Amino acid sequence: MNFVVPDFYPAAAEILVAVMALVIMLASTFARRVASDLAYGLAQLTLVFAALVSVLVSPNLLAAVAAVISEVPLFGVRLAEVLMSLAEGYAANEVVATFSGMFIGDMLGGLLKVFSLLAVAIALLYGRGYLADRKMDRPEYYLLSLLMSLGMMVMISANHMLSLYMGLEMMSLSLYGMVAFDRDSPRATEAAMKYFVLGALASGLLLYGMSMIYGATGSLELSGIAQSIYHQAANKTVLVFGLVFIVAGLAFKLGVVPFHMWVPDVYQGAPTAVTLMISAAPKLAAFAITMRLLVYGLFELADQWQTMLMFLAVLSIVLGNLAAIAQTNIKRMLAYSGISHMGFVLLGLLAGVVDGDRNFALNAYSSAMFYAVSYVIMSLASFGMVILLSRAGFEAEAIDDFKGLNKRNSWFAALMMIVMFSMAGIPFFIGFFAKLSVLQAVVAAGYVWLAVLAVLMSVIGAFYYLRVVKIMYFDEPTDSTPIRAQGEVRFLLSANGLAIAVLGLLPQGLMSLCAYALLASL
Amino acid sequence: MDFKTLVFYILSAIMVFAALRVITSRNPVHAALFLVLSFVTAGGIWLLLAAEFLAIVLVMVYVGAVMVLFLFVVMMLDINLDRLREGFWSYLPVGALIGILLVIEMALVLGGRYFGLEAMPEPPATQAGYSNTRELGRLLYTDYVYPFELASLLLLVAMVVAVSLTLRKRKGLRQVHPSDQVAVKRGDRVELVSMPAEKE
Repeated sequence: MNFVVPDFYPAAAEILVAVMALVIMLASTFARRVASDLAYGLAQLTLVFAALVSVLVSPNLLAAVAAVISEVPLFGVRLAEVLMSLAEGYAANEVVATFSGMFIGDMLGGLLKVFSLLAVAIALLYGRGYLADRKMDRPEYYLLSLLMSLGMMVMISANHMLSLYMGLEMMSLSLYGMVAFDRDSPRATEAAMKYFVLGALASGLLLYGMSMIYGATGSLELSGIAQSIYHQAANKTVLVFGLVFIVAGLAFKLGVVPFHMWVPDVYQGAPTAVTLMISAAPKLAAFAITMRLLVYGLFELADQWQTMLMFLAVLSIVLGNLAAIAQTNIKRMLAYSGISHMGFVLLGLLAGVVDGDRNFALNAYSSAMFYAVSYVIMSLASFGMVILLSRAGFEAEAIDDFKGLNKRNSWFAALMMIVMFSMAGIPFFIGFFAKLSVLQAVVAAGYVWLAVLAVLMSVIGAFYYLRVVKIMYFDEPTDSTPIRAQGEVRFLLSANGLAIAVLGLLPQGLMSLCAYALLASL
Repeated sequence: MDFKTLVFYILSAIMVFAALRVITSRNPVHAALFLVLSFVTAGGIWLLLAAEFLAIVLVMVYVGAVMVLFLFVVMMLDINLDRLREGFWSYLPVGALIGILLVIEMALVLGGRYFGLEAMPEPPATQAGYSNTRELGRLLYTDYVYPFELASLLLLVAMVVAVSLTLRKRKGLRQVHPSDQVAVKRGDRVELVSMPAEKE
């Protein structure tokens, strides 16, 4: 059998991150004094460069970005032309598979990689001051963040059960370590332990499901599995049996009810900088593997997994919103709100196929992807605000710590209000359009009752978001310490909050990017 | 029934027995030792399947390294079994019900109907001189090189996390720093003091 050396070009961003992680590890051992500054700077550079490289090497992405930018007035058309000329030079035009079909380079992967790399970079920037105040900004933290990003990139580009699992484990192991990073805090250690044990259980479930699918189809490659099921070479009973385990494992990783037990505890127990990390980019990676496994690999079983996802989505939206009302800790509240948001993502995924008709698929999946991306933007801003209010020796964890924020700093109070309004789904912020597009897909698929239920629950959920706004604007501050933060954090947090408002007014660009990505990749 | 089938049944019986004892034995050390037994018998079954490399690796890695570590940990910790068993009886009915349901469901799917000898094609006979180990090595470094490299990075993650969680620098600890010892200059150790000569 002849072996062809794989094409490394589509995986250029992954290789860059892997090499730079090793460089950072070596460099920070030798540069003792400035080790953490050096590691931080290199990690940020790597993340930004890797995002650029992912844009360049992923097929069609640059052209799609150019098409979106050309709509922008003033210099948009000019910039788009430059991008188009770049696209001709670098990007491949079609979906490429390399490393014996274990890695797939497509536009969906490219776009998700860019978003998750940028999310990690933003999370690092927000969290740096917090970590430094608590003597936790050791170089290992930045090394682990890079390796976590690598794991996510591998997951996003996985076309084979083995590489998917490897990426998942790399991401999860780094996250367990980061949660336990404050090793003298019993709460963080407990959270890490819970996360580790439940995460290992979830990996076990996922692996068991994968082995069943392998037993039925004789293939680990996702396209091979799809082929085998399409030609009805596989036994349906065994397939569905495996599917149950796969969906359960994915639900654990997404953090949806009834596999959500770890989410509030881990969010609350972990250092806020790590909570910020967990709540953002890994959700995109989890969305990516859900797409890869269920849509790419097991699309023929859509009837089965859509019903399962429906249960998960309904339970998550109901329980997430109801339980969030009872919380007094803002990290816990945001955890439950995250559960309900993940339920909405599942709503988008389950509306793809109706009675064997696949015409809904593109619209439904792109709405789910748009929801996931906008959740990440909102989640970064909300935990960024929690970090902003914290300082050395003080954690702004209780919702009451936001009391009278308007009197202390009206600009950040306004930003937090934008974030809360957007999460509640109040027009015209990005969260509204995310909810709207998912609900449109659900109604188009004929599940009107599901849409009604989701809207009702969102109205109930608006209560706890608006309570934060009420506390900020109408209560007297109990704490009069001025809010201090580095200039870049203030700037980026403001940009992040404003992005929620601006993307809410002009959601079309991001929406069409998601739709292009799925159109080019499915 | 030929000899191979007989060996298979004997090994399987031992394995099932050992696995049951892992969860039923009261003493955690015994449980760990039964786990060793079940690994060894599983290795034997893999040998029957002509996967000799995997069988040896199972025995060497799991029995030789992982389980020994496990035993160390179990022996070092003072595990209070009575506290672990608290609430056993109150959870038993629900647990047993779910367990039995799961077993029935799994038996329905995983029975011989779908995974029996008829359902699977017979593997091609291997030629003389065929090496399972060489075949695995070839695959690892060619088709599976991507997950193989990722696995090495995964081990790196585990190492970094373990070191970062356990390595502590305590203050006031007297340590030897070889690099400082090597870098020592004469001036650090010997001080030449010029003193005027004094008469008695």
